[in-house]
Amino acid sequence: MLKSPDLPSRVKMTSITEIRALLDARKISAVELAKIYLDAVKRENPALSAYITVTEDAALDAARRADERIGAGESVPPLCGMPFVLKDNISTAGIRTTCGSKMLENYVPFYDAAVWEALRGQDAVMLGKGNMDEFAMGSTNETSYFGGAKNPRDLARVAGGSSGGVAAAVAGGLASFGIGSDTGGSIRQPASFCGVVGLKPTYGAVSRHGLIAYASSLDQIGPIAVSVKDLAAVFDAISARDKRDMTSRGAEQVSDSLTGDIRGMKIGLAREFYEGLPTDIAKALESAAKTYEKLGAELVDVSFPALRHALPAYYILACAEASSNLGRYDGLRYGRRAEGGGTLDETIRRTRSEGFGREVRRRILLGTYVLSAGYYDAYYNRAQLLRRGITNEFERMFSELDVLLTPTAPVTALPFGADLSPVETYQTDICTVPVNIAGAPAVSIPCGFDSDGLPIGAQLIGAKRGEKTILSAALAFENETGGAFIKAPTSGVKL
Amino acid sequence: MNWEMVIGLETHVELSTKTKIFCGCTTRFGGEPNTQCCHICTGMPGSLPVLNRSVVEYAAKAGLTLGGEVNTRSVMARKHYVYPDLTKAYQISQYDLPLVTGGGMYLANGRRIGLTRIHIEEDPGKLVYAGGEVRIDYNRSGIPLIEIVTEPDFRSKDEVLEYMERLQTALRAIGVSDCRMQEGSMRCDVNISLRRPGESAYGTRSETKNLNSFTAVAAAIEYEYDRQAEILDGGGTVTQETRAFDADTGETSASRGKEDADDYRYFPEPDIITVILPCDDIERLRGTLPEMPEDKLRRYTAELGVSEADARLLTKYRAVSEYFEKAVENVTPKLAAGFITTTMFSDVTTEAQREHWNPAVTAEHLNGLLRLLDENKINRATARRVYRQMDETGGPATAFLSDEDMGGVDGDALIEMCRAAISSNAKSVADYRAGKEKALKAIVGAVMRESKGRADAQAAEKTILRLIGGEK
Repeated sequence: MLKSPDLPSRVKMTSITEIRALLDARKISAVELAKIYLDAVKRENPALSAYITVTEDAALDAARRADERIGAGESVPPLCGMPFVLKDNISTAGIRTTCGSKMLENYVPFYDAAVWEALRGQDAVMLGKGNMDEFAMGSTNETSYFGGAKNPRDLARVAGGSSGGVAAAVAGGLASFGIGSDTGGSIRQPASFCGVVGLKPTYGAVSRHGLIAYASSLDQIGPIAVSVKDLAAVFDAISARDKRDMTSRGAEQVSDSLTGDIRGMKIGLAREFYEGLPTDIAKALESAAKTYEKLGAELVDVSFPALRHALPAYYILACAEASSNLGRYDGLRYGRRAEGGGTLDETIRRTRSEGFGREVRRRILLGTYVLSAGYYDAYYNRAQLLRRGITNEFERMFSELDVLLTPTAPVTALPFGADLSPVETYQTDICTVPVNIAGAPAVSIPCGFDSDGLPIGAQLIGAKRGEKTILSAALAFENETGGAFIKAPTSGVKL
Repeated sequence: MNWEMVIGLETHVELSTKTKIFCGCTTRFGGEPNTQCCHICTGMPGSLPVLNRSVVEYAAKAGLTLGGEVNTRSVMARKHYVYPDLTKAYQISQYDLPLVTGGGMYLANGRRIGLTRIHIEEDPGKLVYAGGEVRIDYNRSGIPLIEIVTEPDFRSKDEVLEYMERLQTALRAIGVSDCRMQEGSMRCDVNISLRRPGESAYGTRSETKNLNSFTAVAAAIEYEYDRQAEILDGGGTVTQETRAFDADTGETSASRGKEDADDYRYFPEPDIITVILPCDDIERLRGTLPEMPEDKLRRYTAELGVSEADARLLTKYRAVSEYFEKAVENVTPKLAAGFITTTMFSDVTTEAQREHWNPAVTAEHLNGLLRLLDENKINRATARRVYRQMDETGGPATAFLSDEDMGGVDGDALIEMCRAAISSNAKSVADYRAGKEKALKAIVGAVMRESKGRADAQAAEKTILRLIGGEK
């Protein structure tokens, strides 16, 4: 094994850029790299629960293929040989895909998701499948059947949700990047809790083919990484129009045109997002705004009155779609079937009662209710009207703005068992859900620490298909602060 | 008491596109169970439907044919119910914005049956009961369907049956479905209620689902009429419910699960974008529509002079009418129609064979034969004999005609001509009988004129002599 004296003795979260340089200079092989990461995963994952399934053999196979490509001297794609974690709601043929649920504990898909195809095509090295809230329903990872992922900054705290396992793996140095999904904040909020960066792309930028649906009109796949440039590189690798997803439109490539120059950029501060924020978070955001001003951006005070409609609209629409999407889990063809026999109806009922956790059952019931005859107009239809209103307000704001700066969440990583009521938990999604409702892109970047030393996230929201703009703004901040808010984790890979 | 029946029909028709409605699996009928399905039509987690453009176009053609308005913008919706043949626990269908609205069809009695709508949707899988077990075959899952919904405009069983037959003929003619009830590619739900004649309000209806033959539809209507009439006669009230028909007993019975009133929780399908069919496309589709069987029937009888009975037989299946139209070129239509419906149909007796009309004798070869017959170059007997030989070998008529066959008019045709000459030359006949030998030449001359010189004068003379009883 190569042991170059040039290598730092302890690389915490190693960026794609750094690893690319090491691989291309042949200072380390992809197989060696994969083994180092796999060892770290074996060592650290029992404490972190970032991975549900570790795919050692597949990882080493991919690494060997990557080494062949690198060895052949060809110009390899940016993610060739790069170790990563894939959220466990993204279908991988032959590799179990649990969705964090008892229902799919042993479900092995027979086809591949589009993003998995794209990454495998580059010979990126999947180390395993990332932990998540059951069916992506949750904000703390505590609804995972496999036990919630822990926050590498503080193991007594949650990694966030629902892509908590992915964020924890990246923040804990157990993957160089990760792929999550975001329905109401599920990429951005755990990225914020764990002190890494996460991008929720414009709806339709990344194919959902093979993504196990929670709420189809809101779900979007996106990357979690340790730097903005990495985020852009992964986004470029996975964004593409896909004929297999009628809602996909693809996106233009962003990596090469990120300048980090934001002079003259108009950054909006909508007061509604700042109401009742804890002091630490308010201060961190204020400081971030000042940094932007210093960098030459123009700060604009704006108003987003529709924010108060976002949560009710979101939970009605998301639960309605979830109740429909999850109807198929009856244990007849795949997944877990309740034992004990009985009639078909009894078996299906027991299968669903036993296979789904509380939160999933709650949302199915809520969604079934709002779609029922006699309630449809009062709930679903009104939520659709609110959705239109929120989308229109977004468009209005972005006719005058380039970026909207908000906190990613009104809280930092919660302790396990914080025992919030469901509604209190839902309220922590207030800053992220409007973005999904509007189908817009947003990135979460670390911008400070609270008094407990926990990361605080800032969210940069853009107009639809405005990934380049928000990533440029994120890069400017990262460059200016020198990554000061990306703190070394307590665990991780030693290269 | 006499009751008037009021019937509305919902007809499900499988479209004969090559691939399924949301994936690339084949729609071929009769494959081994579960060999024609994929992650999409089995509703595996994470799979997404991609709407097959041909399905939209086929359905639009059906809509145009039935006089409906094709909407440039329509929306797919999820219809939720739980049944093991339905892989996702919802069926992707259309709800408040269907592809086609309106339309109608005239019956022979002049009454018009209005159409409410035509929408597109996916067929579920099929439960197969065998050996005390229930198995599920998903080959059918995702086969494209249109549902054609009528207004409650039928007043008799016969009207329903006539509508179904005309619908079948029309959809076959435009090639969007084979409408084979025995294979389930056409199925009906019958909504029926009774009221006193002259009343304008509707009675309470029952809906008998999934009738898969004309016989079943007829029997279900009769049974429901009797059942409802008996209830009403006894002063009772009919319950609005869904009923199932038992083909063995000919009876209907209330379907299980009445307590769960149907609540399909429709909402717009988020995985499928709004279905847009631009006006230009609709007009292009309209341009591709062939002549409708009804119009064709009218043309055959009025313009071509074909008998109504023959015209019906010829227009029932598109393949037959296309064959006829090639074979009839420069031939007296009545002759061509008669030859097909008698000589040819005597070999091809089943409906299925006629539907897939593909005789060994090509239309071009038949046309060759019919021209010879029409021009009296051969007689009927020869034509039939030659047709048999053509049918066996697939060769053209000329391959089986000897010089003698072609040599002129003989046999039946000659006898006919001689008879005609005898009856129109009564004076010459009388003169001949009176001993004027020369008078015979005048009769033979008439035959020769009539046959344009193709008849054998000696043969004609012999024939005439035999017919008028004189021997030379």
